[in-house]
Amino acid sequence: MSVYDELLKYRDLDFAAVFEQVTDDDIQRVISKDRLTVFDYLTLLSPKAERQLEAMAQQAHRLTVQQFGHTILLYTPLYLANYCVNQCVYCGFHAHNAIERKKLTLDQVRAEAAAIAATGLKHILILTGESRHHSSVGYIKDCVRILKDYFTSISIEIYPLSTDEYSELAAAGVDGMTIYQETYHEANYAELHPAGPKRDYRYRLDAPERACQAAMRAVNIGALLGLSDWRQEAFLTGVHADYLQRNYLDVEISMSPPRMRPHVGGFPPRVIVSDKNLVQYVLAFRLFMPRGGITLSTRESAALRNNMLKLGITKMSAGSCTAVGGHSEEAAVGQFEISDERSVAEMAAMLYARNYQPVYKDWQLW
Amino acid sequence: MAKNLAGDILTVGGKALTSRLFLGTGKFANNRLIPEVVSASGSQVITVAVRRIDPEYKEENIVDYIPDTCIVMPNTSGARNAEEAVRIARLARAAGCGNWIKIEVISDNRYLLPDNIETIKATEILAAEGFVVLPYMSPDLMAAKRLAAAGAAAVMPLGAPIGTNRGLKTKEMVKILIEEVSLPVIVDAGIGRPSEAAEAMEMGAAAVLVNTAVATAYNPVAMAAAFGLAVAAGRKAYLAGPGAVQGYAAASSPLTGFLHE
Repeated sequence: MSVYDELLKYRDLDFAAVFEQVTDDDIQRVISKDRLTVFDYLTLLSPKAERQLEAMAQQAHRLTVQQFGHTILLYTPLYLANYCVNQCVYCGFHAHNAIERKKLTLDQVRAEAAAIAATGLKHILILTGESRHHSSVGYIKDCVRILKDYFTSISIEIYPLSTDEYSELAAAGVDGMTIYQETYHEANYAELHPAGPKRDYRYRLDAPERACQAAMRAVNIGALLGLSDWRQEAFLTGVHADYLQRNYLDVEISMSPPRMRPHVGGFPPRVIVSDKNLVQYVLAFRLFMPRGGITLSTRESAALRNNMLKLGITKMSAGSCTAVGGHSEEAAVGQFEISDERSVAEMAAMLYARNYQPVYKDWQLW
Repeated sequence: MAKNLAGDILTVGGKALTSRLFLGTGKFANNRLIPEVVSASGSQVITVAVRRIDPEYKEENIVDYIPDTCIVMPNTSGARNAEEAVRIARLARAAGCGNWIKIEVISDNRYLLPDNIETIKATEILAAEGFVVLPYMSPDLMAAKRLAAAGAAAVMPLGAPIGTNRGLKTKEMVKILIEEVSLPVIVDAGIGRPSEAAEAMEMGAAAVLVNTAVATAYNPVAMAAAFGLAVAAGRKAYLAGPGAVQGYAAASSPLTGFLHE
């Protein structure tokens, strides 16, 4: 049994027919329930639930404050390398895109770490393009050894690994992993990933579970919104998150709802996901998984992030740069354009102004 | 029998406490609220997650907001097993947080229920290393007795799942611990209202620990003050010895009074 089998249960689900049958009373009943089923979650993702976003928002806010308090964890991404062997049609790191390819030396990693640590942050997310050759597990371990001098929590967002490799990185000091399935729609996935190891839908899909088995403390998943129907993607992300939490109770499961951003490849989103859609997704997920983490990155505008603060978000990136070496030197071309360019200090000021506490450090084991 | 109302002191780990309200710090909108909340409540023991302590970053180091008059009780929040709890406790001591440690071992991220078995293991190790160990636990009598044997300074059963504000749902189990365990019983987690804190104290709990109920109140400082009063009132009622609860009315003109004439 893997999450693939779980997702198969919904492969032939007629979403339109389910949504057609949802009533306003159903939505109200679900909003007031203590524990939601996956079909309750689907009810909240229905087009008709758009009419009850305020009620959902009130409940999402209440649940989030109860579970997490008035706090938001701040972190920042650190791009170690942008070499990539894949040809994802929507990504700036596409193997054939004409961008300057870089990989940080260990001295450069230390310089980047020092620049970020000076902001007070203790949580970092390290990213690479998907090239085992340029960004081997050994290289990542070397980087982690340096980063441990500056940070108390290190997460990875890299190509999918085997369980043993995740264990190796966990032993080296990595405590969290993020991987996006991009799209749960298997046929669309094949079309959007024409070449490279990333074509293997199932190997990627099972990566979060392998990370859980390798005793990673935190696992973050999501779909890249804009590639397929967002309501189905949101639903299947929720099914995936619920599957992981049921089977790996000790792992902190969270999700991110990244929307496609402009990048050097110029691939336009296939599906437009509006702000209202994004809000509905976040609210529905919060009601479905009251303890689940929800990350809102700098892909979104400052104004939207400010307004979504009270709707269930638990983590935000700050002072972000998607280019390799961008924290300590002149930035090269990034993976995508960020939308919220505020520094860590500016984010903290915004949070305090809205009666929230920025949390710079929320984990330490070494 | 009524207990002595004068000089009512709770002694834990060799420290004498006049306040029986312990406070948590994890959910406030601003650490600057902490001194005000502590002052309003009269609390003398403040728990803080080691995971949040950052001595290198003074501006945001939570410990700096705890008044010097208080005992800092670091907790092992985030630990999933005994090994992690032990490492976190040692980190806390190395960071200069003293030798009190609240053991939190939670390997269930849905309900955040404590793992009693791993908690007992961590308590054995840390008590042997000279820590004053206060374990957060599910209220189970045998686990409480093992924690006592392992060297715990108190036991801290939950009143309801952490953060829920649902009150004293485990009342019957906590009552058994109070009756059967020789250590102070401190109700930790779930208490949502001052009246529930008072109820725990009336039952004979040695203290209560509150965080969410204060931090998520509309006015945390006023709520902290209310909890301080409620805990004191509950304690006083316990010491005063509440009257018996009757299943029927006690008539002021008894029907059998003539037998005594």
